[in-house]
Amino acid sequence: MATLNLIDVKKSYGKDEVIHGVNFDIHDKEFVVIVGPSGCGKSTLLRMMAGLETVTAGEIKIKDRRVNELEPMERNIAMVFQNYALYPHMSVFDNMAYSLKIAKLGKAEIKARVDNAAKLLQLSEYLKRKPRQLSGGQRQRVAMGRAIVRKPDVFLFDEPLSNLDAKLRVQMRLEIKKLQRDLGVTSVYVTHDQVEAMTLGDRLMVLNGGYVEQFGSPIDLYERPASLFVAEFIGSPSMNIIDGHAADGVVELVNGVRLPGSSEVAGAVKAGIRPEHLSLDPAGVIAIRKGVAEQLGSSTLVHGTLDGSDIAISVALPGVHREEQLDDVMCFSVMEQGLHLFSADGKRV
Amino acid sequence: MSGMVEKKGKAAWLVHLGLILGILVVCFPIYLAFIASTVSSGDLVRPPMPLLPGEHFIANYKEALFSGVNTPVWNMLLNSTIMALGIAIGKIIISLLSAFAIVYFRFPLRNVFFWLIFLTLMLPVEVRIVPTYEVVANFGMLNSYSGLILPLVASATATFLFRQFYLTVPDELAEAARVDGAGPMRFFVDILLPMSRTNIAALFVILFIYGWNQYLWPLLMTTDPDMNTIVMGIKQMFPSGDDLPNWPVIMATALLAMLPPVLVVVLMQNLFIKGLVDTEK
Ligand SMILES: Nc1ncnc2c1ncn2[C@@H]1O[C@H](COP(=O)(O)OP(=O)(O)OP(=O)(O)O)[C@@H](O)[C@H]1O
Ligand SMILES: [Mg+2]
Repeated sequence: MATLNLIDVKKSYGKDEVIHGVNFDIHDKEFVVIVGPSGCGKSTLLRMMAGLETVTAGEIKIKDRRVNELEPMERNIAMVFQNYALYPHMSVFDNMAYSLKIAKLGKAEIKARVDNAAKLLQLSEYLKRKPRQLSGGQRQRVAMGRAIVRKPDVFLFDEPLSNLDAKLRVQMRLEIKKLQRDLGVTSVYVTHDQVEAMTLGDRLMVLNGGYVEQFGSPIDLYERPASLFVAEFIGSPSMNIIDGHAADGVVELVNGVRLPGSSEVAGAVKAGIRPEHLSLDPAGVIAIRKGVAEQLGSSTLVHGTLDGSDIAISVALPGVHREEQLDDVMCFSVMEQGLHLFSADGKRV
Repeated sequence: MSGMVEKKGKAAWLVHLGLILGILVVCFPIYLAFIASTVSSGDLVRPPMPLLPGEHFIANYKEALFSGVNTPVWNMLLNSTIMALGIAIGKIIISLLSAFAIVYFRFPLRNVFFWLIFLTLMLPVEVRIVPTYEVVANFGMLNSYSGLILPLVASATATFLFRQFYLTVPDELAEAARVDGAGPMRFFVDILLPMSRTNIAALFVILFIYGWNQYLWPLLMTTDPDMNTIVMGIKQMFPSGDDLPNWPVIMATALLAMLPPVLVVVLMQNLFIKGLVDTEK
């Protein structure tokens, strides 16, 4: 039963506050992913949980025990670093065994644990090698192995896959997910890759400038983004945002097009529509002037402007393979539940 | 490079000839010294100068090693070895530790301390020799190994070198060790030290030779012939009055004095070059 709680955690470097009071509770065995743009404080937050960074204010609890003042080791966490941080002069075996040796476990126990982890990660034949004799993916697995052998309460990952090529990244992503399921260890995973975030996390936390924008299941964040920031950050290609004005249950976009909206909203709004929620419909009200088209194979991505304005709009057209099939001006209708409205200050309304 | 040699056969021969000539020029004085150490005193001063080895090789070296002029050479060699080892090892240990402190610990005035150490670069032994002598004399360390070694043991160069090396070690490594439960000293011993071993080897060679070649300081502070080091000892072998210097024995001593540094370089050559060329990370 390893839960992890952050209670109003803040972090300042000198006078600069970079984390402005973060609260969340992570349940036992849960896989939580923290996403956000570069510099938003993801690593800082993770490193505070790990005990590598002091906590300026607030409280961090692991298993309901305050750990603010504890060394990383005493918190019983394991961390996987972005550049792996393997000890270059030690063999794969020694890399994995190091923490166990420090913990003064018996030789037999150490060997059993390392062999077990190596088998799990398909590293058994590399145990004698030095890290520099391994490929990037294998090094990544050694780093995972080093974390696993300790049987920690919490796994912390800081962008562990960002040094790998795209294909390996997908493979390792699946492996990490499976491993976490099998071992049932509470995990926090930091990334700025939103595909990784969507696929890995049981729950997703979007961090922006040291504030939590939203915390929920990935699909929740996709379907009901709490703010304009989350709406634009989650989903690829990202959501189209169009200025508009809401009154009497109708939203009038800048170019005069009227869409049915919510009757509770009035005043200036920003309307968000995901590219995949616009469907080609000759009777549709949203006319788009074609700009560049990207042919992805399974679908075509059209970047254009909203007719009658110069607002950039992207549309995903599944099943369309060739640009020649497309007219210069196309009409679209918005799928049901496809319209998101945000107030002028970026909150969902 | 080998390709270049193969293609231009004649040019390569010329180049090699030039190089061999160069080596001969450099080696000739050493050869002369060797010849001089194998002949008798009389043969040496009588023209023409001998160019082929004589029969007194064993006798001259025996005399040098076991009786010498003032002190037996084995004794001076021992003193020099102890001093050079002491200086090299002492410098390495001290600078490893001080660089470790400066890079990995945030203590007040950290940078001030670093610059203070750095400043001592500008104060070699020769500059501070009078006060150093005073201090060593007050401690009663004249004519002792500690007196020979300690004043030379602090090393800004080595500290700086290790500092630069530690700075290239990724922070994550220290953090990973911390997560693994290693305290600072454990991290130092288990991780930093093995990682710096090629640097240590390279530095050892340089510092050993530096220590071996110390001249002024041992000359000043050893008055007891039993504490003479070899490099200064050679100079002491020249008679002060009208006596004839015993050249063959002096030459034998000079060659013996060259031997240990050469051995250190040859034996540690591989590690030495590795330490200077690649940083294994
Ligand atoms: N040691 C430090 N001193 C001062 N400011 C720091 C320090 N470390 C980080 N910061 C600042 O804290 C903020 C958050 O940094 P952090 O490393 O957590 O970002 P991140 O979300 O992990 O970004 P990335 O995705 O690029 O890794 C940044 O604005 C950074 O400049
Ligand atoms: Mg980061």
